[in-house]
Amino acid sequence: MTELLATKQLTKHFKIARGQVVHAVDQVSLSIAEKEIVGLVGESGSGKSTYGKTLLGLHQKTAGTVTYRGEVLPQKYQPADFQRMATRMQMIFQDPYSSLNPRMTVGEIIGEGLKLHYAQDAISIRDQVAEWLERVGLEADHMSRYPHEFSGGQRQRIGIARAMILKPEFIVCDEPISALDVSVQAQVINLLGELKNSMGLTLLFIAHDLSMVRYVSDRMAVMYLGSLIELGPADEVYFRPRHPYTEVLVNSNPEADPDIERQRPSTSIQGEIPSPVNVPAGCRFANRCPKVMDVCREITPELIPLADLDRQVACHLY
Amino acid sequence: MSLSPAQQSDNGAQPLLQVSGLEVEFTTYGGIVHAVRGVDFEVNSGQTLAIVGESGCGKSVTVQSMMGLIPMPPGRIVAGSARLRGEEILGRNIINGKDIRGNEIGMIFQDPMTSLNPTMTIGAQIAEPLQVHRGYSYQQAFTHAIELLEMTRIPEATKRARQYPFEFSGGMLQRAMIAMSIACKPAILVADEPTTALDVTIQAQILDLLKDLQAETGMAIILITHDLGVVARLADNVAVMYAGKIVEHGSVDDVFYRSSHPYTLGLRDAMPTNDPERQHRLEPIEGSPPDLFSPPAGCGYAPRCPYAMRICQQFYPEKFPQSDSHYSGCWLHHPQAPQHPERLYFKAENQ
Repeated sequence: MTELLATKQLTKHFKIARGQVVHAVDQVSLSIAEKEIVGLVGESGSGKSTYGKTLLGLHQKTAGTVTYRGEVLPQKYQPADFQRMATRMQMIFQDPYSSLNPRMTVGEIIGEGLKLHYAQDAISIRDQVAEWLERVGLEADHMSRYPHEFSGGQRQRIGIARAMILKPEFIVCDEPISALDVSVQAQVINLLGELKNSMGLTLLFIAHDLSMVRYVSDRMAVMYLGSLIELGPADEVYFRPRHPYTEVLVNSNPEADPDIERQRPSTSIQGEIPSPVNVPAGCRFANRCPKVMDVCREITPELIPLADLDRQVACHLY
Repeated sequence: MSLSPAQQSDNGAQPLLQVSGLEVEFTTYGGIVHAVRGVDFEVNSGQTLAIVGESGCGKSVTVQSMMGLIPMPPGRIVAGSARLRGEEILGRNIINGKDIRGNEIGMIFQDPMTSLNPTMTIGAQIAEPLQVHRGYSYQQAFTHAIELLEMTRIPEATKRARQYPFEFSGGMLQRAMIAMSIACKPAILVADEPTTALDVTIQAQILDLLKDLQAETGMAIILITHDLGVVARLADNVAVMYAGKIVEHGSVDDVFYRSSHPYTLGLRDAMPTNDPERQHRLEPIEGSPPDLFSPPAGCGYAPRCPYAMRICQQFYPEKFPQSDSHYSGCWLHHPQAPQHPERLYFKAENQ
């Protein structure tokens, strides 16, 4: 498998008032192969969206590097970098209500990328917008309408068409289905799957729905409080989690199956994700971890590969 | 043929809450929205009824109208009744000298951040229903509020009671909301999407808490949700709503393992499962729910249903009983239906 993109020790800190620093993403190293789907899960505040945005250059990197097809991308994007990379890397956003400009028609929204990056004439843009509207399951004459005339699922399709029309190789899907109803979620997931196959896309699929991530992804990455703590084949990570936090996540994930739910021990852990401003020393999960040891509170565990498994885990148990 | 809710209750005992024929509509600029179009269900003490459905199916309006929380106008309860221990509660605030809201029926909402008053301490807010409904003094009520916070497992309850909502995390706020809603020991707790805004590990904590509180107090819970996983974890009985009507009703096992309505099956097929024996490709339900400005004469699901017949477009199906507690509103269960799709459950005599 050829590597398409890799981050090395990618770090993003935000400065807030009184000299305090939010450690949103800390030293995340992850390599994504061509045509692979990597699912990224974690609770809110775990830094998964910030990671996706920093990876694309939408946030300036605090430290670390992003390598795309062997080329190290600049730490801070200049307009020319955006111009160049936007045709290769795109993003689909979580909220289909706030991510489409209400003053632009659907045709303008979808065609804007072509206008900016390829300076194409209006007729050619219109033809391609029409083609893409149909490919995502809408109708060509929808292009003269405004976003408010569409339902959540339809808007998400518009967001997908906007990302796809530039024929990118890599797409960050930031919670693309969490604002949608169950029946519509499946429509959008299947659409993404079809496009992925027909266009040979590589996806970073960010979500908090573990069952959906397992269904969609080849590999699953788990983040907690800015750190990547477990990485491996999606089914393996879900069914045989190694990191205690992954175990807790999987055990907390309710399944639409009453038999499984009745057998499930009540294993919910106490406490909540701490603030990323005052990150505890040592392992970030130590204060909630059911298997905590003394060393966990002092030394931060590194993400290391396990000997007998295709798995990387950041935990002192291994 | 159709099951009236009275026939479903065991030994003819009076159910705690019995809702029947509830119809609610809203007058808007675009016309009249028929949000709830005839809903029947009942709830018994110590049991959890989950009302599931997608956005706009009328699940929240159903309980809000029962609680008197629908602004009228534009809302209007067209027909139906809701009886708490036999007493009509629709359109009333007080029965038998007791307030219904907060006292007989408690409610928790989806978003704890916006449901609490940011200018009052948590303790004072929990104390309020006790002062209003029970006539406690502020001191008595505040002391009791601390006990309630302990009951909902908030650490350092004495200190926390003096804090304001902004000092609480989302999960802790939801616990405080639960403490407030159970302050007067209501017979029924209505939980409208109680965990939708929470992370999965916090969701698990809140669901465990609701289960434990129900075991301690014997209250009934009406759970409104769109998440079938939450239903499977908490519910005893399930009502599946679509386009303002209950299309399938039964025990949680009936609805999950003996799904007899194509919509219930469609919902389950649209979700990934982690059970190795039940793996399947996601099958979306194509199309979208009907426009409730002009609700269809027949079954609302017919345009999206893979098994739809001509009658489905024209007449709304009656409730076809599958067992004493399980019914399905689908013409496929009529004895003369021409097909019995394999994946749907049919009771033996219909097969």
